[in-house]
Amino acid sequence: MIVETGHFALVLALALACVNAVVPLIGHVTRDGRLLAVAQPVAVAGFGFTLAAFAALTYAHVTSDFSLVNVIENSASTKPLIYKITGVWGNHEGSMLLWVLILAVFAAAVAVASRGMPADLRALVLCVQSWIAAAFLLFILLTSDPFTRILAPPIEGQDLNPLLQDPGLAIHPPLLYLGYVGFSMTFSFAAAALIAGRVDAAWARFVRPWVLIAWVFLTLGIAMGSYWAYYTLGWGGFWFWDPVENASLMPWLAGTALLHSAVVMEKREALKVWTIFLAILAFSLSLVGTFLVRSGVLTSVHAFANDPRRGFFILVILVAFIGGSLALFAWRGGSLRQGGLFAPVSREGALVVNNLLLTAACATVFTGTLYPLALEAITGAKISVGAPFFNSTFLPLAVPLFVLMPIGSTLAWKRGDLLGAAQRMVVALLAGLAACLAFAAIEGAPAQSYALAGLAVFVIVGSLADLARRLGMDGLAGAWGRAVHLPRSAYGTAIAHAGVGITLLGLAATGWGHENILTMKAGDVARIGPFTAQVEAIAQEKGPNYTAAVARTVLRRDGRVVATVEPQSRFYPVRKMARAEAGIVTIGLGQFYESIAAPIGDHLDVRLFWKPLVTLIWIGALVMGLGGALSLSDRRLRFGIAARSRRPPAAVPAE
Amino acid sequence: MTRKKKRLTMIGLALAVFGGAVGVSLYALRDTIVFFYGPSEYAAKAPPPGTRLRIGGLVEAGSFKRQGDGRVLFAVTDTVHDIRVTYTGLLPDLFREGQGAVVEGTVEPDGLFRADSVLAKHDERYMPKEVADSLKKQGVWRDGDAPPPAAPPAALPDGEKHASAAP
Repeated sequence: MIVETGHFALVLALALACVNAVVPLIGHVTRDGRLLAVAQPVAVAGFGFTLAAFAALTYAHVTSDFSLVNVIENSASTKPLIYKITGVWGNHEGSMLLWVLILAVFAAAVAVASRGMPADLRALVLCVQSWIAAAFLLFILLTSDPFTRILAPPIEGQDLNPLLQDPGLAIHPPLLYLGYVGFSMTFSFAAAALIAGRVDAAWARFVRPWVLIAWVFLTLGIAMGSYWAYYTLGWGGFWFWDPVENASLMPWLAGTALLHSAVVMEKREALKVWTIFLAILAFSLSLVGTFLVRSGVLTSVHAFANDPRRGFFILVILVAFIGGSLALFAWRGGSLRQGGLFAPVSREGALVVNNLLLTAACATVFTGTLYPLALEAITGAKISVGAPFFNSTFLPLAVPLFVLMPIGSTLAWKRGDLLGAAQRMVVALLAGLAACLAFAAIEGAPAQSYALAGLAVFVIVGSLADLARRLGMDGLAGAWGRAVHLPRSAYGTAIAHAGVGITLLGLAATGWGHENILTMKAGDVARIGPFTAQVEAIAQEKGPNYTAAVARTVLRRDGRVVATVEPQSRFYPVRKMARAEAGIVTIGLGQFYESIAAPIGDHLDVRLFWKPLVTLIWIGALVMGLGGALSLSDRRLRFGIAARSRRPPAAVPAE
Repeated sequence: MTRKKKRLTMIGLALAVFGGAVGVSLYALRDTIVFFYGPSEYAAKAPPPGTRLRIGGLVEAGSFKRQGDGRVLFAVTDTVHDIRVTYTGLLPDLFREGQGAVVEGTVEPDGLFRADSVLAKHDERYMPKEVADSLKKQGVWRDGDAPPPAAPPAALPDGEKHASAAP
């Protein structure tokens, strides 16, 4: 009964989305405040019904209701409870339901949280958001119904893919979806602005928190996915330029550009049309990502054999939304009042360069990801575009971005002073050079590693030095007072930029890693970097729904025991699937990493890695997220909105 | 700076960045892409030794041999033609005889394919798309059939994403 209620709730959510897709638009055209006022409660109710549907599916998974096809295929009664819950979105149907749930969360958040917005804009935003919700609810109900029953329920399910039976599944997809779907908000704001025909600095101020939220979650989601792949796959790699990873990187690059162009629009009322375009682009790329993952169209280890109807349906949604929004953009974009031009050497000039480099980088990733697909469709030739392509196209665009990042953020608005900025960079430049020489002396080759490490230190010191300069401008006496009064977004910027440098340092350090692949038996010793690793014993263990071979390995440095790791090779009998569980220990900022294959006799294939500073890659992403969150808590964002709530809530004329 | 000069600077900058990106992309596309062949296509076209390739098919039953030095030998087949492959390193967890696999590497002058990465399927229901297409072309497997050797539990929908591999 609960399952049918959930199914019905989903249908009701679709009906409500259809209401909100039409009524506020009529309200806008007829300037009827009552019709506009419909949008808010309907959005909140839509969220309620979607949540009910999601709760019903969760209930079915937790109670192992094997009369549901979705539960049979992705669950087993022996599965631990946490994976019964996370298994709800560990499959196609459930993950689409999570997608729609998060869409509804954002709609409800706009309805409730942004009281200061003009009623007209808010209603239109909710209206556009409902189009997206309606399209995806229809997709779920027609092609990917998670509530399908089966007449003769089996006693046991087929279990969840063992690769997904990991705490990462609890964190990574929700974070990533909050990011992906978060850009639906900026899309809705952009479409609403185009429909209303009015874009100004206030619009930029309203949309900025949503850009920041989406960006922070996407940053954390990508980092979490990368760490999960790193520890669970046993390859020791953290980024494979896999199409599905690229699918999340593209909206991140566009979103980062949007974040920066929205600042220019807020401060200088310039780059309006460009900002609107980026807002559309970021969500379009999120949709492309959804299409790539869900349709199985690309050759990817993420893509599974799939129902072609689904791919076609998503393609129709994709074409309708991207095509529709770009048509709207072409039709109304010209009528937006343009802001003035500005000097190339200025903060806004630097932000334009940032946007150019980020969108160009995004375009190269897009090319590399979709070129094989296009080529196969046209000529039938099958090719794969891998890491070499992305490394040789992405790096030349990323390096100037890193060099200019700390310089650009010290430039003044309107008219910058390049010489002054260069002088302010002296400390950072010296620190970078010193780091470069130090790393070259201690770690040695390859040259690109210590060059990149020097650049990373330059970025970190440059970002923080700018903050320190602003605090200690007239001696240390007033520093505390200035520290309090400096807007939080200034701290946020400096911290997020430093986070980029930290990640870069972790990436640079991969050049000094050691790798050793060999066959070992109990008692054998292998050298790896500054350590020796000895396999002490190979034992068999039994988990709740798997059996595992465990190779207990002792790590020594200069004869002293540093750590013990227990890498496992697991076997899940229900799916007849093996999976490695790497043994990882963090030493300083580096990690020792060992993964094993299933033993043959008393022998074992072992992969050993020593990865100095590798944790910085993810720590940097966390720091970026922290910077974004600090910016989000900026008083100006909060009070800017609150101050407007004193205005009468009646409809504000659109023109 | 005059308006015109400002505008020209911006346009020049944009052209330089995007022109550079296009140039580098085209250059990289020429050098770094890897073509995919099925064993039969490979036999028909016979690319010169040293070309980087991807080859996909089934790991031939009974072909898998472990050398003492950590090297493994096996054959990739589409049931008509086959290619002998050598590989050093850890094989994916799901690498098995009779199952789909994609290998990437170069051909040695003696005709042996030296792989530097091996991808296997990730799930009982999953078969690399290239392998599936290649098998269909040979008429070994038609749409709607269960994938040939190890039959999956009915043609039910897919699993979730996130089973990345390959260095």
